[in-house]
Order: sequence, then C-alpha cells, then structure tokens
Amino acid sequence: MLTVENTVAWIDQFADQIEAKQSYLSELDTPIGDADHGGNMVRGLVAVKAALNPAPADLTKVFQATAMALISKVGGASGPLYGTAFLEMAKQSKTDTDLETLLAAALAGIEKRGGATTGDKTLIDVWAPVVSAVQAGKLTQAVVDDAVASTEPMVAKKGRASYLGERSVGHLDPGAVSSGYLFTALLATEGIL
Amino acid sequence: MSLGIVIVSHVPEIALGVQRLVEQVAKDVSVTIAGGTDEQQVGTSMAKIMKAFDQNTADEILAFYDLGSAKMNLEMAIEMSEKTVHLYDTALIESAYTAASLLQAAVPLTDVEAQLAPLKIK
Ligand SMILES: Nc1ncnc2c1ncn2[C@@H]1O[C@H](COP(=O)(O)OP(=O)(O)O)[C@@H](O)[C@H]1O
Ligand SMILES: [Mg+2]
Repeated sequence: MLTVENTVAWIDQFADQIEAKQSYLSELDTPIGDADHGGNMVRGLVAVKAALNPAPADLTKVFQATAMALISKVGGASGPLYGTAFLEMAKQSKTDTDLETLLAAALAGIEKRGGATTGDKTLIDVWAPVVSAVQAGKLTQAVVDDAVASTEPMVAKKGRASYLGERSVGHLDPGAVSSGYLFTALLATEGIL
Repeated sequence: MSLGIVIVSHVPEIALGVQRLVEQVAKDVSVTIAGGTDEQQVGTSMAKIMKAFDQNTADEILAFYDLGSAKMNLEMAIEMSEKTVHLYDTALIESAYTAASLLQAAVPLTDVEAQLAPLKIK
C-alpha cells in the first residue's frame, strides 16, 4: 500500500538514481535525440525533491507536488509525460491508494498526452509491461530490465527519435531507461509492493 | 468575436521570427508567442504558453507549434486555460502565415481552417 512515507522514499530514490545516471541518459539521447534527457530529468527531479521536503500532508499532495515540479522544470517531452503520469496518480489517489490502479491511471494519461502506444519505442514500452506485471502481482527486476531492453530493436514512431525512422533501431530509448529507474526504485522501496 | 494567434516554438528566436513574419501581414491581429523554456533554453514551457494565451487580446486563439513535445505542453495549457484555443497540427511557418493573412482580411474561422487543412503535417 502507498503511504506518504514510502511514496516520498520511492520518488527520492528515483531522483537519486536519475542524478547518478544523468550523463548516461543524455548519452542515450545523443544518437536518437538531442542529448538532453539526463539534464531535463535532473532539473525536474531536483525540483521534485525540494517540493517533497518537508513531506506534503497526504498522498494526493505528494503526487501533485511531484507533477507540478516536473511539468514546470523539465522542458523536454518527458516533462509533460511524467508530469501527466503523476497528475493522474494524484487524481486517482483521492479515491484509492492501490498501486496498480494508480499506475494504470498514470499509463492511460501518458498514452493520451503523447499519442503513443506500445511498440513506438518510448517510455510506454516500459510502463505498459510493468503495469501489467503489477496487476498480476508479478513485478520483478527482470520484468523492468526486459522492458527497457525491448526498446533497442524498435523503430521509433513518436518523439524526436521518430525523425530518424529505421535509423533509430539499435539504440535504447532514453525515456524507457529513465522509467526503468522509476520502477527499479519502486522495487527497492520497502513496503510498497 | 476576434481571433488571435499563438506561436509555440522550442527556440525563443524561432518564435520571435515567426511573429515578426506574420505581423507584417496582420497588423490588427493579436499575435503572442512562447519560445523556449523558462531559462531560454531549447524546449517548451507550459507557463510561457499560458502567458501567451493571457497576453493575447483576442477572444479565441489559433495555436501553432513546431515539434511534437510543444504540442503536449500546449494541450496541458489549453486544459488549464479559460480561453477557447484551436490547435493545428500544421507546418508552423506556412500555417501561421496563412492564418494571419486571412484573419487580417476578417475571414471566418471555418474558411481559415479549410485553408489550413492541406498544411497538416503531423
Ligand atoms: N509522444 C510521446 N509519447 C511517449 N513518450 C514520448 C513521446 N515523445 C517522447 N517520448 C519519450 O520522451 C523521451 C525523450 O525525453 P527528453 O529527451 O527529455 O525530451 P525531448 O525529446 O523533448 O528532448 C523519449 O526517449 C521517449 O521515451
Ligand atoms: Mg531529448
């Protein structure tokens, strides 16, 4: 079950991982993008950490504060996408605190915002299998890692990488990798799953 | 009812340049812009887009953008704004110019949209 404490711990852990991997994320964004995914995400998550300290009063506010910081600070496509994901979780958390319902709402929000679906070589290719695994009670690190790896042979259909067409094959999608960190942090946070 | 134009680009100078281009043919049309991030970097900012909506003196807005992620921030701003905003997936420069010329000539929205339709590229 999600609480203010474990959710803040989860997001903080995600932020630390993003900061540690900043240059790797921008490196991934170089051949099939504009080399800014690491910088974008760090800018956003530094603002998120500040917004969560001290911790907001309830779970909805935790997600709202996270969303607003991402929407206003990230700058790239990942800002509205992650921002919408957390905003949808904020809305859903008013009626329940079930991780699987919240993540499903977040995924639906990402799909609506960006118009991409599974197989388009975006962060959705991580979110979709992870949400299914959580719903089945079977989320493991292998599920996350396989989902991230699955983006490598794909042809990008959305986002900047799509301008490269077939030439986007053979590269991991940077947003898929950062989403992988989000779910790795989830698995590592005590008491959520 | 008056119609205005909002230009959203990843680059501040592109937004300024398109504004300059279209204002030449549309001196009576309100044209406002949102270019780059809050730090003037390459990217888009929902706050800047909201500001461009607010600063626009028209009753309704026609919004044009360059690349896909600008559209996401535009859609979020539209959801939060009270104004009616029409969003077009058309070639930025050509469609902003087309709309500006037609709005200056007081052409109604449906006819403007008919001329924008073939410029849809995304
Ligand atoms: N339309 C979209 N739908 C879903 N995800 C997208 C879309 N466009 C981009 N992305 C994701 O965003 C990531 C790029 O983020 P980032 O580099 O921060 O933004 P930008 O592309 O604006 O530079 C991509 O790797 C991809 O996962
Ligand atoms: Mg990028």
